[in-house]
Amino acid sequence: MLTALILLPLALAALALILPGYRSRSWLLPAGGGLHLALACWCVHTAPAHLGPWLGLDPLSRLVLLVTSLLFFGCALYAVGYLDLRRDRGNRTMVPCLLVFLAAMTLAVAARHLGLLWMAVEATTIASAPLIYFNRNRLSIEATWKYLLLCSVGIALAMLGILFVAYAALLGGGIPVSLQFDDLLAGAATLSPPWLHAGFVFMLVGFGTKMGLAPLHSWKPDAYGEAPGMVGALLAGGLTSVAFLAILRGLQLMNAAGDGAMARQALLGMGLLSLLVAAVFMVRQPDIKRLLAYSSVEHMGILAIGVGIGGLATFGAMLHLVNNALTKGCLFLSAGNIQRAYDSKRLSEVHGALATLPVSGAIFLAGFLAVTGSPPFGPFMSEFTILRGIFGNGQLAIGLVMLLLLATVFIGMGATVLTATQGEPVQLDTSFHDSALLVASPLVFLLLVLLLGVYLPSSLQTALHDAAALLEVQP
Amino acid sequence: MANLLLLAVILINFFTLGSARLVACIRAVALQGALLALLPLATHGFSGHALLLGAGALLLKGIFIPWLLLRAIREVRIRREVEPFIGFVPTLILGALVTAGAFIFADFLPLAPEHVAGLNVPTALATMFSGFLLLITRRKAITQVLGYLILENGIFIFAVLLSAALPLMVEAGVLLDLLVGVFVMGIVLNQISREFATLNTERLTALKE
Repeated sequence: MLTALILLPLALAALALILPGYRSRSWLLPAGGGLHLALACWCVHTAPAHLGPWLGLDPLSRLVLLVTSLLFFGCALYAVGYLDLRRDRGNRTMVPCLLVFLAAMTLAVAARHLGLLWMAVEATTIASAPLIYFNRNRLSIEATWKYLLLCSVGIALAMLGILFVAYAALLGGGIPVSLQFDDLLAGAATLSPPWLHAGFVFMLVGFGTKMGLAPLHSWKPDAYGEAPGMVGALLAGGLTSVAFLAILRGLQLMNAAGDGAMARQALLGMGLLSLLVAAVFMVRQPDIKRLLAYSSVEHMGILAIGVGIGGLATFGAMLHLVNNALTKGCLFLSAGNIQRAYDSKRLSEVHGALATLPVSGAIFLAGFLAVTGSPPFGPFMSEFTILRGIFGNGQLAIGLVMLLLLATVFIGMGATVLTATQGEPVQLDTSFHDSALLVASPLVFLLLVLLLGVYLPSSLQTALHDAAALLEVQP
Repeated sequence: MANLLLLAVILINFFTLGSARLVACIRAVALQGALLALLPLATHGFSGHALLLGAGALLLKGIFIPWLLLRAIREVRIRREVEPFIGFVPTLILGALVTAGAFIFADFLPLAPEHVAGLNVPTALATMFSGFLLLITRRKAITQVLGYLILENGIFIFAVLLSAALPLMVEAGVLLDLLVGVFVMGIVLNQISREFATLNTERLTALKE
C-alpha cells in the first residue's frame, strides 16, 4: 500500500503530460492530493513499521507524512483557482512537477534506507526547480539558479555524510556494512566514533541547507519570494519538514551510538543562529513574501532548538512541526492572493489589504498573529511548550534569548504586515477577487491551526508522544 | 595503479583551477570522469558490480555530461572565463593549500587496514574542496556547474571505497540524480543566456536585501 502511495502521484504526473484539457489537468492536482491523503490516512493506521528493507513508517514518518499530505491537498485545491488566473503561463510543467514533487517527498518520508532517503531528497530539489521558475522572468531565473546550485551542493555534502556513516560501520566491524537504517540503529554502538561524528555534521549541513537553517538559508528568501504562493507553501511547510526528518535520522543514529549530546548541541547552536538571522532580516522587510521566507527560517530555528533541548521541548517541536506546516500554508496562500490582486508583493504598492480584499486580507492578518505565536493559535501552544521545556531544563539564558528574539520577530513582522493590511481600500488594476477556490484552503488551514491551539485530540497527542520518544535516548 | 589514477585526478583539479579556457576545462573534467570510471576496477578488481559502476560513470561523467556542457557553450559562444572573483594564481595557491590540508586531515582519520595504503580519502577531500573553490570563485554559470561536477567526483572517489556496501540501486540512483540535476541546470543556463545575453552570474544580483 505504501508503494501505491508513492506510485500514485507519479502515475497521475504521467497522465498530466498527455491530458489535453487545461482545466482537467489542473483538477488532476486535487484529485491526486485527495487520493494521496486518503491513502496516507489508511497507511498510517495499517502499514507496518517495516515493509522490507527499503520502506516503512515509524511514528516520526507517520507524522510528517500526514502533515505533508494534508498540506498538499489544500495547496492542490488552491492551485486550480490559481492556474485559472494564470492561463498565460500554462500548467503543462506545473502540474506534473507538483505531482512528482509529492511522490519524492512521500518516498523520502517512507525511506528506511539512507541511500534511498538521499535520492528522494535530491529528487525533490530537481522536481521543485521548475516550480520556482514558473514566472519565467529574470528574477525567477536568479532564484531558481541559486536554489538549484546551493541545494545541489548541500545535498552532495549530505551524501558524503551518509557515506561517512557507512564507513563508520565498515571500520566498527560490528555489523555487515549497509545503509539500512534499522541495521545501523541496531549496531550503532559499534560504529567508529570519528567517522560517525563527521558523518552527522555533514548530514546536518547538507540537509540543513535544504531545510534552510542559518547560515545555509540564503536561497530561501529568493526562492520563496519568486515562487507562486502554493509552491512557497509546499516548500515552507512540506519540504522543510521532510529535510528536518532527514536530520532527525542522523540524530537518532547519534543517540543510539551514545553521542546524542553532541548532536543536540549542534542543533541548538544552528537553531539559535537561525532565530537571530531571521529576527534581524525581518525588521523593516519591504516584501511580504520574503518576510514569510525569513519567518520560515525562524521556525526552522525553533524546531532545531526544541529538538536540541530534548525532553518536553522535543514534544513541543513535534507539535510545532504540524503547526508550522499549516500556518505556512495559510500565510503563503493568502499572500499569494494579495500579490495577484495588487500585482505586487512590495509594501510600496500593497496597503489596505484588509479593506480591499476582506477575506484574504483577514486570513493573512490572522495568519500573522498565529505564526508569531499569539494565543489562542496552535504555534502559541507549541512555542510555549518548547519554552517550558527550556526553562524546566534549567537553561535560563537560552530561554531568555529565545523570548527576546521572538519578541523582535513579532514587532518586525507586525510592522510589515500591519502596513500591508491596514489603511484605506485601494482601487485594484487587476480583475482579482476572492473566489471560493482561492480562499477555502487558507481558511481551513487557519481554522485547523486555531483548533490545535484550543484542543489537542488525544490520538494526535499519542502520535506526537510516539514521535518524540524516538528522538530520546533509548534505555 | 589506483594511486596513480588518483594523482592524475589531483593534477586535473589544478588544471581546472588554473585554466581560463572553458573548452579545455570541460575536456579536463571529462577526462577526470573517465579516469574515475577506472577506479572501481583498479580498487576492487574485475567484478560485475565494478564493471557496471565503471561503465555508468564513464558514460555519464566522461561522455554525456561533458557533451551537454560543450553543446551549451557552443550555443552561447563563450570561450573564456573572464575576471574571476579571485585571480587564477591565487586560486591555484588556495587549491594547493586545501590539497595539502586534505592530506594532513586525512592522516587523523582512522582507516580500515585495507585502505591505509590508498590515497582515496585525501584525494576525495582535496577534489571536493577544489570543486567548492571553483564554485565560489568563478562568475560563469557554466564554470559553477563544472565545480559542482568536480565536487561530485570527489564524493565518487570516497564512495568507491564503500562500493561493496552500497547496493547497485543506490549508486545508479546517485548517478541518475546527478544527470537529471545537470540537465535541469543546463536548461536554466539556456534561459539565463536568453534572458541576460550572457552567462555571467554576477548579473544575477537583483534579489538581495
